[in-house]
Formats: sequence, structure tokens, C-alpha cells
Amino acid sequence: MNLGAVKAIYRFEMARTWRTLLQSIVSPVVSTSLYFVVFGAAIGSRITQVEGVSYGTFIVPGLVMLSVLTQSITNASFGIYFPKFIGTIYEILSAPVSYFEIVLGYVGAAATKSIILGLIILATAGLFVPLHIHHPVWMLTFLVLTSVTFSLFGFIIGIWADGFEKLQMIPMLIITPLTFLGGSFYSISMLPPNWQTVALFNPVVYLISGFRWSFYEIADVSLSVSMGMTVSFLVICMTVVWWIFRTGYRLKS
Amino acid sequence: MSPIISVSGLSKVYASGFTALKTINLDINRGEIFALLGPNGAGKTTLISIICGITNPSIGQILVDGHDIQRDYRATRSLIGLVPQELHTDAFETVWATVSFSRGLFGKPKNPAHIEKVLKDLSLWDKKDNKIVTLSGGMKRRVMIAKALSHEPQILFLDEPTAGVDVELRKAMWDVVRTLRASGVTIILTTHYIEEAEEMADRVGVINRGEIILVEEKTALMQKLGKKRLKLHLQGKVDALPSSLAAYNLDLAESGKELIYTYDTRSEHTGITSLLGDLRAAGIRFSDLDTTQSSLEEIFVSLVRA
Ligand SMILES: Nc1ncnc2c1ncn2[C@@H]1O[C@H](COP(=O)(O)OP(=O)(O)O)[C@@H](O)[C@H]1O
Ligand SMILES: [Mg+2]
Repeated sequence: MNLGAVKAIYRFEMARTWRTLLQSIVSPVVSTSLYFVVFGAAIGSRITQVEGVSYGTFIVPGLVMLSVLTQSITNASFGIYFPKFIGTIYEILSAPVSYFEIVLGYVGAAATKSIILGLIILATAGLFVPLHIHHPVWMLTFLVLTSVTFSLFGFIIGIWADGFEKLQMIPMLIITPLTFLGGSFYSISMLPPNWQTVALFNPVVYLISGFRWSFYEIADVSLSVSMGMTVSFLVICMTVVWWIFRTGYRLKS
Repeated sequence: MSPIISVSGLSKVYASGFTALKTINLDINRGEIFALLGPNGAGKTTLISIICGITNPSIGQILVDGHDIQRDYRATRSLIGLVPQELHTDAFETVWATVSFSRGLFGKPKNPAHIEKVLKDLSLWDKKDNKIVTLSGGMKRRVMIAKALSHEPQILFLDEPTAGVDVELRKAMWDVVRTLRASGVTIILTTHYIEEAEEMADRVGVINRGEIILVEEKTALMQKLGKKRLKLHLQGKVDALPSSLAAYNLDLAESGKELIYTYDTRSEHTGITSLLGDLRAAGIRFSDLDTTQSSLEEIFVSLVRA
């Protein structure tokens, strides 16, 4: 195992984060605060309680997930797309590194950023509403699993994308809607029965449900289903990454 | 000694269906400077990219120091430093950071003294804390060389290292290359400048349209180069050469109206004086004469056209 290479890639990616601190950390925090003001204050004054917790408190896990999902994808996809775009990927491809080590470096860094970001947003939320986390270990487990899974997903997008539009299209057109419709701001049980069925096809529902359970012990689906779905998506992403490297898809001609 | 790189039966068909390499067989000797000479589009970059692991081969086998480049990629890639044709750099990294990154990527332990030496050899030391974006094109190329040397490779690939490079950098580069060769590093460079191959290489390979059409010691090539032809336009027709001239390397041309003498410019005696004396004695007179020299350029052009 070429640990030196993993470290080199990881450090390189983390250095990129600090260079673009505003973009990577500050702007998600600002937008989360805005959600609190808009949803928490405006809607919260009408919907006072959801399943026994105040509305402002209820939306915290969803808001954290929203940022973690989008940032994981954005960071990881950029991380691998950029060297492809400017050509510096030649060095990675000609170095004595395995595919696993490359993924570990890039996805590890992207996931680290997402986890840090998730925790920062949580702390920010604490400024607006009282927070109580019932199961901190489960909370961290979901946070880490989601960050890793969606960083892997982002890595795949970054390899697949052959232009900046495609790079931005997936988070914009797929992830943001899925997250909004995935119960970030409401409980699935608040939907009409037909829509509840439709919602169960949305993978993000399971992530948010499990994550929210770790906070308040309220969930749309059972914990094991949430965990099962998250791990399944992780396995799917790992399989795709394995295939990409085995065939050299969009990396090697 | 076994060759350090051995390419056998290699061909490359790109996804577009284009055959960039036909069947390449090529051995690179340990410690030599090998110049791969060929026009644009000949397949030089494709060949290098396959050896380095950037491009997949279609069929064929490549051994680097006895290791298969696909099965034992860690072993083979650890030995190789690559300076690609295009300038690919991370704009916002400093020179020091990007060169250290390369060393880390190759799994080598930190060695600031080595990196300092590489940067100094390439006159990059005073730029070590500069962001790459602030450097000129020539400086960026030096950075790419420094990256390739950061992990102390045994084999160095330089893909068109001097294309669009100023005289000063070219000189600096050749100094570095000579020092590396003296320390036992094998160097493979591609170029379409014949003088470059002539000046630097121990052996020259000519590639055209995906085929290696010649591999020769440079001295052997120079011997062909050193040959000169003296053409004598005769006053009358000569049907056969008299036996007194049999010792000379002579040919009759233009149905006996021209006499061609081929000789080696680098030998001490060209034999021209005695030839002219013997011609006079044999009663063969000429009205005019001229000499021509076949250059590597000509050899190259005739090979490539064929
Ligand atoms: N990715 C690719 N897909 C299809 N054709 C390619 C690709 N890369 C290079 N080629 C073609 O292969 C040939 C050899 O290219 P290259 O190896 O770059 O030549 P050289 O380095 O000798 O100039 C060229 O005709 C080029 O257009
Ligand atoms: Mg080329």
C-alpha cells in the first residue's frame, strides 16, 4: 500500500479547501442560516410542532443532510474533474498508486470536508434552536456514511462529466430536489397517502429519516431500513468506481 | 545486460478506430540516451503514454526492468519519471509544494535536500515559494522536469522537451540530462528536431505512422551521414572502368557520362588527390564536378517518405 500517495492526494485536496474557504465552508453556513430564518421563523410560526418537537428543531437534521449531500458531491466531483480538465491527471495515472489509493485520497478528503461542514452547520443551528442529540454515535455514523457515500457518488460524476455544465447539473437537478422532497422540511407522514408511497422511492428519505431518528427518535421509516438503504447505495457507488478503474472509463484512452 | 525497457508486439488502436501504433518492437538499453525521432502524429506520445500507464495498450507486452507494466505497475512506475509534451500544472500551488507532492505520490519518504538539489539544478530555487501561475512558460517546463525528477527515477521520459523552448532553457536541460546519464539514468526523449537527436543521443529510433522504421547507433548513422559523393561530369562516354581504378569506390552513371566517387569525409585520406591523378593517367577527362553530402535530414526524409 502506497500510503505516501494517499497522504499526498489527501493533503493536496485539503489544501484546496483551505484556499477556497469561503466557497467550501462559509457559503453553506450562510445559506443554512438563511433557511433557518425563512423556514424556521416564517413557517415555524404557523407550524408550531411536528411529532412533538418544535418545527425549527425538526428541520435541523434535514438541513445538515441537505448541505452534506450537495457539498460531498460538489467537492468530490470537482476534486477529480479538475485534474482531468487541466491535464494534471497524467501524474496520478503514471504514479505507482492503486485505484483504491486514488479513491481513498480523493473521496477521503471530500468526505472529511463534508463531515466538518456538517458539524459546523449543526453548531450554527444550535445558535437558532435548542438541540438535543439522543444518539450521538448513530448521528456520527449516519453523517460519516452519508459523507463517504455521496463523495463516492460525486467522484463518479466527476469522472463521467466532460464539461462544467454536467458537473453542476447533477447536484442542481437531482440532489437538491430529492433533498427538498425527501423530508428535510416536513415529515413524510404529513403527505397525502399516495405521495407517501412516491416518497419512499426517494433514497434521500431514508438518509434523513435515519439521521433525524438519531436526534429525536422520530423517523419515517425504521432505523434498520434507513441504514440498509444507505449501505446499499454505498455498495452501488463502490461497484461503479471499481468498474470505472477496471475499464479506464473516461480516464484512459 | 538485459534491456531496461523491452517492448514487444505492441499495438494501439484508439476507440475512434485509429491505429496509432502498428506492431512495435523496441529495446532500450540501460543507461543510454535514446532519441525517438518522428514527424507529428507518428505515435511517439502514444508509445510513451502506454509505457507510463496513461494509455491502455491494445495488444503486446512491455517489460520495464523485467517487470510487466500491467501486472507489476507499482514496480515499473516507481522507476519512471515522465515529462509530458503539454504543460500541465496546478496554477495555485507553489513550486515547492507541487514538486513535494510528486515525490509523495510516488511513495518516497520526504527528502527536502533532494528537492532542493533538483530545484537548484533547474534554476528554480529562487522561485520555490512562487505560485506556478506566476511563472513563464519556460519556468513551468522546468517545474514539470523537477516533478519528474523529484522521486529519483531510473528512467526519464522527455516528450518533446525543447518544443517552443528558448536557447537558455535548452542548454540547461541538456546539462541536466547529461548529469543524469552520468549517474546511470536511462533517458528517452522524443523530438522532431534532428539536431537534437544528433547532439544528445546514443541511439536513434525513427518512427513514422505508428511503425519503427529504423533503430541505429548514432555513430552508425553518422557514418552514413559522413559519406560524401563526388560527381564528375565526363567529357566523353566511358563504357567500363579501367582496372587501374578498381581500388576506388566508383560507379558509372548516366550511361557512362558521369562518374561517382563515394568517400568518407572523416577519414584522414579522402583519396581524391590520388583518384584525380589516376584518372588523368587513365586518360579520363571531365568537364565539371560537384559534391553532395547526405544529411540525417535526408536520410530521415527518405525513410519517412518510403
Ligand atoms: N485519444 C486519441 N483518440 C484517437 N486518436 C488519437 C488519440 N490520441 C492520439 N491520437 C492519434 O494518434 C496519432 C499519434 O498521436 P501521437 O502519439 O500524439 O503522435 P506524436 O506524439 O508522434 O505527435 C495521431 O494521428 C493522433 O491524432
Ligand atoms: Mg507527441
